[in-house]
Amino acid sequence: MIKQLTASAIVALGLATGAAQAAGAGGEVHDTAFSFEGPFGKYDKEQLRRGLKVYTEVCSACHGLRYVPLRTLSDKGGPEYTEDEVRAYAAENFTIYDPELDDDRARVPADFFPTVSGEGMGPDLSLMAKARAGFHGPAGTGINQLVKGMGGAEYIASFLTAFNGKEQEVAGQYLNGNDVFPGGWTSMPPQLEDGTVEFDDGHNNSAHHLAEDVAAFLMWTAEPKMMARKQTGFISVLMLVLLTSLLYLTNKKLWAPHKGKKFDA
Amino acid sequence: MSGIPHDHYEPKSGFEKWLDERLPIVGLAYGTLMIPTPKNLNWWWIWGIVLAFCLVMQIVTGIILVMHYTPHVDLAFASVEHIMRNVNGGHMIRYIHMNGASLFFLAVYIHIFRGLFYGSYKAPREITWIVGMIIYLLMMATGFMGYVLPWGQMSFWGATVITGLFGAIPFIGEPLQTFLLGGPAVDNATLNRFFSLHYLLPFVIAALVAVHIWAFHTTGNNNPTGVEVRRGSKEEAKKDTLPFWPYFVIKDLFALGLILVGFFAIVGFMPNYLGHPDNYIEANALATPAHIVPEWYFLPFYAILRAFTADVWVVQLVSFVTGGIIDAKFFGVLAMFGAIIVMALAPWLDTSSVRSGQYRPAFKWWYRLLLIDFVVLMWVGARDTNFPHDWISLIGSTYWFAYFLVILPLLGLFEKPQTPPATIEEDFNAHYPGAAE
Repeated sequence: MIKQLTASAIVALGLATGAAQAAGAGGEVHDTAFSFEGPFGKYDKEQLRRGLKVYTEVCSACHGLRYVPLRTLSDKGGPEYTEDEVRAYAAENFTIYDPELDDDRARVPADFFPTVSGEGMGPDLSLMAKARAGFHGPAGTGINQLVKGMGGAEYIASFLTAFNGKEQEVAGQYLNGNDVFPGGWTSMPPQLEDGTVEFDDGHNNSAHHLAEDVAAFLMWTAEPKMMARKQTGFISVLMLVLLTSLLYLTNKKLWAPHKGKKFDA
Repeated sequence: MSGIPHDHYEPKSGFEKWLDERLPIVGLAYGTLMIPTPKNLNWWWIWGIVLAFCLVMQIVTGIILVMHYTPHVDLAFASVEHIMRNVNGGHMIRYIHMNGASLFFLAVYIHIFRGLFYGSYKAPREITWIVGMIIYLLMMATGFMGYVLPWGQMSFWGATVITGLFGAIPFIGEPLQTFLLGGPAVDNATLNRFFSLHYLLPFVIAALVAVHIWAFHTTGNNNPTGVEVRRGSKEEAKKDTLPFWPYFVIKDLFALGLILVGFFAIVGFMPNYLGHPDNYIEANALATPAHIVPEWYFLPFYAILRAFTADVWVVQLVSFVTGGIIDAKFFGVLAMFGAIIVMALAPWLDTSSVRSGQYRPAFKWWYRLLLIDFVVLMWVGARDTNFPHDWISLIGSTYWFAYFLVILPLLGLFEKPQTPPATIEEDFNAHYPGAAE
């Protein structure tokens, strides 16, 4: 019985891992040990705050976060700023057109991060960490995602530090060489250098660290409920293990007389 | 309900008699729940209840999602993000629904392959098998249309590719495709009708599931030996069977619990593993993704669709004979649907006198090869079509058809099957020596 059950499970696993995803033509994405990986992984509040600073001072010039409400900056499992801090941050950094005033006003926590579009602007970053996969292999089976996760944050961190200094002009557009971007050329110029952003607490601000911090922040914007989700996952799994154990014993006892077995419980 | 002799519901109190004379609903429930079930059913027989659970889970989570979803090309993607960020528990509901589709298909594939091994499709269970195949087709339609609703890149381009298949039908293809889409291309009209049908079809499936259960409750369950329950008398039948409640309900619930542990681990810890990253980019008719890949559960048949290219001699021959009416594209479409049709015809293609694969030494090997073939097709369905993938999918597709159209009919004629045990009781007692006493 257990043998068949195991076989059943193996077939199930085999079918699920047959879920092969086609690999993009991306370059080399380096594995980064982010704090939020694995079932026990959590966001590092301080890292999210640093990443928000990098986004605000650098990325927000060309990239929006249209799906992210500003108020969520004070949510549990995020950067966890106080509501006053969020109000100040929103007012200080972003404005929005108000049809009632027929003028721009400062944003409030109930507003979203800005939508940025137009000539020369980049794609929205709200979901970027889930819209890119860092790991596809081996052989396109995606099995190493089981260990490393989808790798969207790794993709972003690697991309930001993978500019190789090459430039070319194609049809009036300047393209920059990047070893991670699919095809090797992106219209985005390199942004992060050592010391581009200064942190109040003097945290390491090498380009490499800045890229990781903003990648972690963008993972949070893409998956703001991750910590709640993992907690629900743990509770569900624990309760189900308990329920299943009881059902196992019930089943054993129920069948024992018909199988000519003894059951003492 | 069942042809197997068993105890019937006897109304006792005055009210029960009053009700039973007007609506024998308690008797129906009793008969369904207490149906005599072969006591030697092994663990491959638990997937039916997993499937029933999946259907209910998908309908319940789906109804909640609809309360917050907006079926409009400009709003659909944002409304899904609204569910993920602002709706209480919305992220869990959506991830359960999303991964629930995968569990549903995983279960249905194991359920189908269980039937293929133990000969569950053979007489007198052909109707059960055919209804099951129709349910499977409706599941595919529902799953496909559901995948379009978040209106991501893969939703849009998947819909464009798959509805394009109808365009391959000679003469009526293009008008048919336009009719199905509600316009010349996948757009708001398409999204709305997919939403409508995605909500409707699960209830059609639920009705067909009732028919499916009705059919096999009439014939009785198959079992690992393929030997029928003795029906001479109630006493004889009782030696081969136990009532569904509580014996199989508890057993199946235990297995379901075990499967749900794995399911909730995936939902909780890696909910996007089975999804495609491109679907987190809003649909854009101007930017085609580098690779358009269907969901994993469509991959084997997607591989068959792509296998028959214009340079395959069979395709060239058919094209020549039909004067070009059946070109490579239409041939691929026919092959894809044909792959499911030949499976549905298994009851009439299998000529063996023995039902269960356990007692068919040669069949076992061909069957294992079919299992491998299915997994290989699934893998190659997600690859590009360059060498060697083109050859792998062609060989894999050929074997799929050969298994049903050549191997199953011939095996029955040439194979020397072993003798199954005379009764289910004998099989059961062989497993549990203590049971005979």
